[in-house]
Amino acid sequence: MNAVHGVLTTRRDGALDVERIRGDFPVLRLRVNGKPLVFLDNAASSQMPQAVMDRWLKYQTTQHANIHRAVHYLSETATAEYEGARRKLQAFINARDEREVVFTSGTTDAINLVAHGYGRKFIGPGDEIVLTHLEHHSNIVPWQMLAQEKGAAIRVVPINDRGEVLLEEYRKLLNPHTKLVGLTHVSNALGTVNPVREMIAAAHEKGVPVLVDGAQAVPHMKVDVQDLDCDFYAFSGHKMFGPTGIGVLYGKMGWLEKMQPFKGGGDMILSVTFEKTTYNTVPYKFEAGTPPIAAAIGLGAAVDYVNGIGMDRIHAHETDLLDHATQEVNRLAGVRIIGMAEKKAAVLSFVVDGVHPHDVGTLLNEEGIAVRTGHHCAQPVMQRFGIPATSRASFAFYNTMAEVDALVAGIRKVQKLFG
Amino acid sequence: MADTRQLYQEVILDHNKKPRNWGVLEDATHKAEGHNPLCGDHIKLTLRLAGDKVDAINVQGESCAICKASASMMTTVVKGRTQQDAEQLVQEFRNMATGKLDHESKPHHLGRLTVFSGVRDLPARVKCAILPWHTLRAAFNAVASTTTEAEEDPMHAPIGGA
Repeated sequence: MNAVHGVLTTRRDGALDVERIRGDFPVLRLRVNGKPLVFLDNAASSQMPQAVMDRWLKYQTTQHANIHRAVHYLSETATAEYEGARRKLQAFINARDEREVVFTSGTTDAINLVAHGYGRKFIGPGDEIVLTHLEHHSNIVPWQMLAQEKGAAIRVVPINDRGEVLLEEYRKLLNPHTKLVGLTHVSNALGTVNPVREMIAAAHEKGVPVLVDGAQAVPHMKVDVQDLDCDFYAFSGHKMFGPTGIGVLYGKMGWLEKMQPFKGGGDMILSVTFEKTTYNTVPYKFEAGTPPIAAAIGLGAAVDYVNGIGMDRIHAHETDLLDHATQEVNRLAGVRIIGMAEKKAAVLSFVVDGVHPHDVGTLLNEEGIAVRTGHHCAQPVMQRFGIPATSRASFAFYNTMAEVDALVAGIRKVQKLFG
Repeated sequence: MADTRQLYQEVILDHNKKPRNWGVLEDATHKAEGHNPLCGDHIKLTLRLAGDKVDAINVQGESCAICKASASMMTTVVKGRTQQDAEQLVQEFRNMATGKLDHESKPHHLGRLTVFSGVRDLPARVKCAILPWHTLRAAFNAVASTTTEAEEDPMHAPIGGA
């Protein structure tokens, strides 16, 4: 049986039984270049436990038909499972209502949905969109496209040398022209955890809705959209141990009802004539066409899996990993950690003096270690620190202290070679 | 993947540390910039043609070791050669790096540039090695004709300008 229950994944001392958990992830048994795989590229995409694969297979083997369509057994089963997954996601982020969970293809799709559904309706010439300097390109480009179309402007919240947003500057940017704040919960490039609750409250004081990019937060910490009071919260399945091609847009019902549809097509309508279409209700008016049903159900299984371990325990283990990695990498002369925010998720971005991150990445791969190298789709962050790229190790609950040590040994080897 | 270590051999590490012909020519007759948007590699190439020969060539920029060493070794090899010979090398180098030229069994003029043959096993790094060569071709072509090959170039490397 799979180790999906807290009792099985906990050692007597309350810490995570990582070795047992690793057994749930077949890919972690892989050897790369003759070495055990050390997978530290979880911020780009995480690995999938057997339980999620099994769920996908079960659906595809015994439950698949198109949803919300026919009256036959399989269609009804598929619909029930798909809507069941929606309720799992609702509980996962503590949304008030399951209809506030819109399935999208991922975070990018979710943000684009808000840019079209909310932005094109409510943002006009002279209006302003406030973004932080930490945003991923997916929370910049849709807003730039909208701003260009509408004659609106983008305002950017600056960050300090540790990679933290400057809250006073942020408050100054909020004004009567501000129509939306877009901010990342956790920076994918630096790991900074933004004070989103406080920032949302500040925006609401001025009557401004807030979209939170939660792609890097949901795998690492308990997220409660009611507690945050965000208007929109976007995240991806594949970064939280689920399948690719599925993600979620949480939106407050009031906004979702006011928004216009993003994509037109089947399932998002109540009635269609060549003269006029009446749109379906929330959330279906945003889910045109046949959705990735198996992926949605797989994401529901991923929620069950992480709940079985417990977000608090995951967070505690990852904090230990990050602390250990930070301490060890800081000890290496000639290696600089980029992003030293007081509150960080398990992401460690670094540069090695005299060695380009791509060379670091290729040589670490030689040791079986997978890190991401490049600008991490956050070029403004790189520009802020005056560097073209970094190497980034990003951890998940299945990573071990020994893997952190392998990373540090790998960096030492790179330094020696480039000596 | 056994070639990775071979790729980072002494000659490449040496050229990375002490790149030859590093800088910008004041009296260049041809120039181009090469940019790899995927990794941020960015190089400037300036050269001076005397007749049809490369009289002087300089490169400067920010890049990884593979790209820098490739650029450095390219300048040492191309200097003194005709444009035609240099363009032939561009083609051969590109073919070697993409695995289309088996440098061990087929004739070529690459000489010690074969130290870069290992990149063909590292798809993500092929562009790093090729970038300087594409930039060289862009520099030549910016004068030879008004179009650069950037559009038809699958590596979308050079941004030509004369």
